[in-house]
Amino acid sequence: MALLKIKNLRVEFGSFPAVDGIDLTLEAGELLGIVGESGSGKSVAMLAVMGLIEAPGKVSADLLEFQGMDLLRLTPKQRRQLVGRDIAMVFQDAQTSLNPSYTVGYQIEESLRAHLGLRGAAARQRMLELLDLVEIPDAASRASAYPHQLSGGMNQRVMIAMAIACSPKLLIADEPTTALDVTIQAQIMDLLLRLQREQGMGLVMITHDLAVVAEMAQRVAVMYAGQVVETGAVPGLFDAPRHPYTEALLAAIPEHSRGARRLRALPGIVPGAQDRPSGCLLAPRCAYAQAQCLSSRPAVSDGVRCFFPLAPGSAHD
Amino acid sequence: MFSFILKRLATLIPTLIGITLVAFGLIRLIPGDPIEVMMGERRLDPEVHAAMVKSMGLDQPLATQYFRYLGNLLHGDLGQSLVSREPVAKEFAALFPATVELALTALLLAVALGLLLGMLAGLKRGSLFDQGVMGMATVGYSMPVFWWGLILIMFFSVNLGWTPVSGRISIEYDVARVSGFLLLDSWLSGEEGAFSSALAHLLLPAVVLGTSSLAVVARMTRSSMLEVLREDYVRTARAKGLSPVRVVVVHALRNALIPVLTVVGMQTGSLLAGAVLTETIFSWPGIGKWLIDSIARRDYPVVQAGILISALTFIAVNLCVDILYGVVNPRIRAQ
Amino acid sequence: MSTATEAMPDYPRPFKAFWQGFAANRGALAALLLFALIATAALLAPWLSPYDPIEQFRDHMLTAPAWAAGGSRQFLLGTDELGRDMLSRLLHGGRVSLGIGLASVLLSLLPGVMLGLLAAFHQQWLSPAIMRVMDILLALPGLLLAICVITILGPGLVNTVIAIAIGALPGYTRLTRAAALAEIGKDYVTASRIAGAGSLRLMFITVLPNCMAPLIVNASLSFSTAILETAGLGFLGLGVQAPLPEWGTMLSAARDYIERAPWVITLPGLTILASVLAINLMGDGLRDALDPKLKKIS
Repeated sequence: MALLKIKNLRVEFGSFPAVDGIDLTLEAGELLGIVGESGSGKSVAMLAVMGLIEAPGKVSADLLEFQGMDLLRLTPKQRRQLVGRDIAMVFQDAQTSLNPSYTVGYQIEESLRAHLGLRGAAARQRMLELLDLVEIPDAASRASAYPHQLSGGMNQRVMIAMAIACSPKLLIADEPTTALDVTIQAQIMDLLLRLQREQGMGLVMITHDLAVVAEMAQRVAVMYAGQVVETGAVPGLFDAPRHPYTEALLAAIPEHSRGARRLRALPGIVPGAQDRPSGCLLAPRCAYAQAQCLSSRPAVSDGVRCFFPLAPGSAHD
Repeated sequence: MFSFILKRLATLIPTLIGITLVAFGLIRLIPGDPIEVMMGERRLDPEVHAAMVKSMGLDQPLATQYFRYLGNLLHGDLGQSLVSREPVAKEFAALFPATVELALTALLLAVALGLLLGMLAGLKRGSLFDQGVMGMATVGYSMPVFWWGLILIMFFSVNLGWTPVSGRISIEYDVARVSGFLLLDSWLSGEEGAFSSALAHLLLPAVVLGTSSLAVVARMTRSSMLEVLREDYVRTARAKGLSPVRVVVVHALRNALIPVLTVVGMQTGSLLAGAVLTETIFSWPGIGKWLIDSIARRDYPVVQAGILISALTFIAVNLCVDILYGVVNPRIRAQ
Repeated sequence: MSTATEAMPDYPRPFKAFWQGFAANRGALAALLLFALIATAALLAPWLSPYDPIEQFRDHMLTAPAWAAGGSRQFLLGTDELGRDMLSRLLHGGRVSLGIGLASVLLSLLPGVMLGLLAAFHQQWLSPAIMRVMDILLALPGLLLAICVITILGPGLVNTVIAIAIGALPGYTRLTRAAALAEIGKDYVTASRIAGAGSLRLMFITVLPNCMAPLIVNASLSFSTAILETAGLGFLGLGVQAPLPEWGTMLSAARDYIERAPWVITLPGLTILASVLAINLMGDGLRDALDPKLKKIS
């Protein structure tokens, strides 16, 4: 049984589909990377899984299952018991995602108290263990610090500690290192990877950094303008991208332009609320677009959402 | 934390000196000869005039006069009322508790109700309740307080007869003065009906005085609440699967109240100013009414003292608010 | 190869954008209409008033408004305790109140902005001096400061304007200083400075226009406060003096007539309430329309 099963998830704000019908699956213990530009809907999709989309956003799906449980049919109380315990999320900006008025220790213990019923000394003990687990030195004194007294990297570790406090089966990390310095990024990534292996969690890593995904993930889903345009196993997808957008993403990596005069960028911008194409969403910007692409939307077939997927070896260089 | 308080006090010193200068200069700034201004007469007998000048030390250089004034202040000597010949400080001590009782009750009302209504309005944003509360709040601080008092008197005292029209307690009760706060004293006196009479007399003036502040606190709490509910850490609290009550009360409210604190501090200022008007309407024997009467009677030492004390009270309250803010806001406290 | 060509989004001009934001708030729009009505009535008072506001009709003292028992068409809103026509007094009183409000706002805004800019641009010694003086003024809450000034200067129309203006001055100074300091730290100011802009130009042309939003909102707030303070001073007998009709003074004698002639109390108070409410609602609308944080990105 898959850990997470999503079929045709849609999240709409008014008439604007931030997430426009995506399918994803995640097996237990698997690391799935979701890549895409800002505005691709990757964060919104995962927020919908967590049940954190509020009015005026509307969430709908043919299937939204976690361990066989229908997430759409949960009562608020059932959802609260699930979220923060079996499914947890780590957010991008740890500094603003932690409550400035309470110590970090308190905020971690809160999860322990709410879901595991731990109190007093037992809670404190477990909290300190968690801080050690996320490699925070001198846990005892750090526990009584306030978020603004800790660095960005420290705060992110605290967030991770909070998220894994109840040993979740699924951890969603929404660009966990984007707000951090490059040197700290690697540390946090290693930490997440290690924790995933040790705890046997499924991990969904949302990022716009292809290099990270290439190193860490087993499978990856590429999103554009609210749709998943390609999914595949990691080495294969990067060696032989089948969707023009994936190819363009890879081509835009600075290392691939070594020796050239200009970086290769895809012309145009992501469609906004007003100018959503009626055909394939990438067609206005796609180098390979044909008449059919402009008039109708391709469905996903064999992991690619394209009428004319690129054959291996046919990539333009 | 301690150094924080010290720093705050240090910045206050120039302001305090400035206030005393203003109070000191009040009489001398009024156009005309100070003695004539105080006596209210023109063309005094020159001998009397000279004697007065001497006794009041007005022939001394200004600086000396000022330091003499300061010295008196520090001894608690606020001068002498021209009308009653009594020491101002003594009259003031008799009347101040009445104003404090009124202002404090009004403040309590405003803060308790304002926080509650504002919080609920923020949580139910856009609902009929929210719009109703905000609409009433806007009307509430757009009203002239003295008119509001008159209207309520007209309605509750005259038409319905539910509340008394003026004074602090029915004249039939003679309550021994222990604290100066009639609610407390009447309760301590054990006299039948004294406490309820004092309460009935306090009710309407406190409501009138507190209305404007209630409106401001409610609006501020609502907008603060709305801002805080949008913050990332509230989303995190929800992502942790915490109960909605906990998310609101523990995570949101705690941070939403911080800016409201500053507003409450400023409201005490308008409560002081409003007390002047409210006491006049309800014939409430406090320093506000005393101040106004003294202006009409040209009793300038009283006016001088009244201005000084009001300013000092306001400064003191703001200092407390500043300190409280430092305690409550973790970014400052943890330094 | 298709290059994406998009139509340039049509960004509205600043005033139009502001107006769209403001007009979306129906309360603010209604308030604007109400205020326009009151202001026009006040402006045209000499022509709209049926009678002279200080003329006493000894035979018609305390007549009720036209719709009440004992009222007559002759005095649409009734008369007061000295037989003066309420409608005329209210109209002329509007002139006084709105006039004082406007004058005091101008009298406090212009010096306040100047001082605020000076304080922001001369951080070393001028700023603390100016701000200390403002602190002293702020130590006395609103009406009390006005009372203090009136005590020194004496009651009357002009002195009321001065008293209220002095009370509003620290607010503008602080606001301007804070807003200017925030802007001074930004790159565009540094760029102007490097390009050779002098102090005056920096203050008024570079920085000031970007501080306008909070100033405008504060101006509306102090306008309504001025009306309330004018009425308060009038009520206490310290403001506008008889025989000039003023809404607050109209209420001061009214206390004795709570039972006999309630309209003498309700009507002037309602006009104060209506004016202040209209201005406050407009101020809310202004703030919502000018606050960039609240601007919806469509």
